[in-house]
Amino acid sequence: MNVADSAPAMNNLIGSDADSQRTLYPYVTGTSVVGIKYKDGILLAADMGDYLACHDSGSYGSTLRYKTVERMKSVGKHSIIGASGEISDFQEIMRYLDELILYDNMWDDGNSFGPKEVHNYLTRVMYNRRNKFNPLWNSLVLGGVKNGQKYLGTVNMIGVHYEDNHVATGFGNHLSRPILRDEWHENLTFEEGVKLLEKCMRVLLYRDRSAVNKLQIAKITEEGVTISQPYSLKTFWNFAAFQNPTVGAEGSW
Amino acid sequence: MCRTCVAIAGADYCVIAADTRMSTGYSILTRDYSKIIQLADKSVMASSGFQADVRALQKVLAARHLIYQHQHNKQMSCPAMAQLLSNTLYYKRFFPYYAFNVLGGLDSEGKGCVFTYDAVGSYERVGYSAQGSGSTLITPFLDNQLKSPSPLLLPAKDAVTPLSESEAIDLVKTCFASATERDIYTGDKLEILVLNASGIRREYMELRKD
Repeated sequence: MNVADSAPAMNNLIGSDADSQRTLYPYVTGTSVVGIKYKDGILLAADMGDYLACHDSGSYGSTLRYKTVERMKSVGKHSIIGASGEISDFQEIMRYLDELILYDNMWDDGNSFGPKEVHNYLTRVMYNRRNKFNPLWNSLVLGGVKNGQKYLGTVNMIGVHYEDNHVATGFGNHLSRPILRDEWHENLTFEEGVKLLEKCMRVLLYRDRSAVNKLQIAKITEEGVTISQPYSLKTFWNFAAFQNPTVGAEGSW
Repeated sequence: MCRTCVAIAGADYCVIAADTRMSTGYSILTRDYSKIIQLADKSVMASSGFQADVRALQKVLAARHLIYQHQHNKQMSCPAMAQLLSNTLYYKRFFPYYAFNVLGGLDSEGKGCVFTYDAVGSYERVGYSAQGSGSTLITPFLDNQLKSPSPLLLPAKDAVTPLSESEAIDLVKTCFASATERDIYTGDKLEILVLNASGIRREYMELRKD
């Protein structure tokens, strides 16, 4: 904590040279992650699409570049992480976490980091990067079960973090949380939980322009982690308004 | 962002309260987030503002208190914690903690004390205080109910309220129920901590969720 440093550090950060030293905007991004607690543990859902971003001159516009991106990974024995935002930053976070878990294992003391510990570590990393004006451009969901205790938390690029029975990143906060607030309850079975998540993901698919119809569901219980094979949701587009869109306005499209 | 907190000092108690809503822009992130932390036996801090900074500040103060306990073999008094909080905030004068704090507790004589802060550490001992988005709604009401004698009067008169503990708690509940009506950032649930000679007690009250 050296206040004497921070004034000159600010000077260095302002100016186009210094901009090459820190993240200014995201480049390849994934969209919402949604997570819920259920009877036996935690369920996470995320789609597999990554977009190349539109920025200042808009060189890519918004291109769906990658369609097989795993945005959920297991962390140690007791946790899973789901990420939205800049994928390269997520990959760096995974390197940090791999090192964290490695050092934890090297103690060889019978203890292992649970989801609370991993979430706390991530929160500190995200906050400190934000304080150095070089954020990891992600919103993360961290869930897990240890010794029967379920944990579900989230942290974003500015370090804001909290835990709850259901969490979501990005658009998920606007579209999925209201559904979850209405329909989530303790003791959801696995099937009920998946149905609920699919309902959330379907709304996101209809209304989030950066969502794609290829998703995975990740489950973590005391026994361990399972990440499903990718699959797609059934959608319905047969609304009358879409059938003959130019009726009454011949010549338009 | 966390939004509203209040503290009231009594003759032998202190009431510290904050809502449990955490919001960003027009979205509610969670309805059940505690902004209150007990830093020492007789010091409780409630903070509104940028949540990540609030949490970092809480951790720094908790760590410093632990060191104090190791070095002095006793708990920090509330006035001592008040000074520590001020110094900690001013330390980041040129990259501040975006946190608006009230510190409540019992002083070394067992009397209730409340300290109120701005984001860079300016502080003052008062009889009551509100911080955060709801403070503009709550402070005038508390002024009306708990009118302090002017600090210019001689001999100096106590700012702590003559109200009883239960009356002060009711007052706090009224404050938040009213603030919740008009401040979009305040609501969900109210968390109240009461600090007195017999220890610390926690109470909750539901608030409007809209």
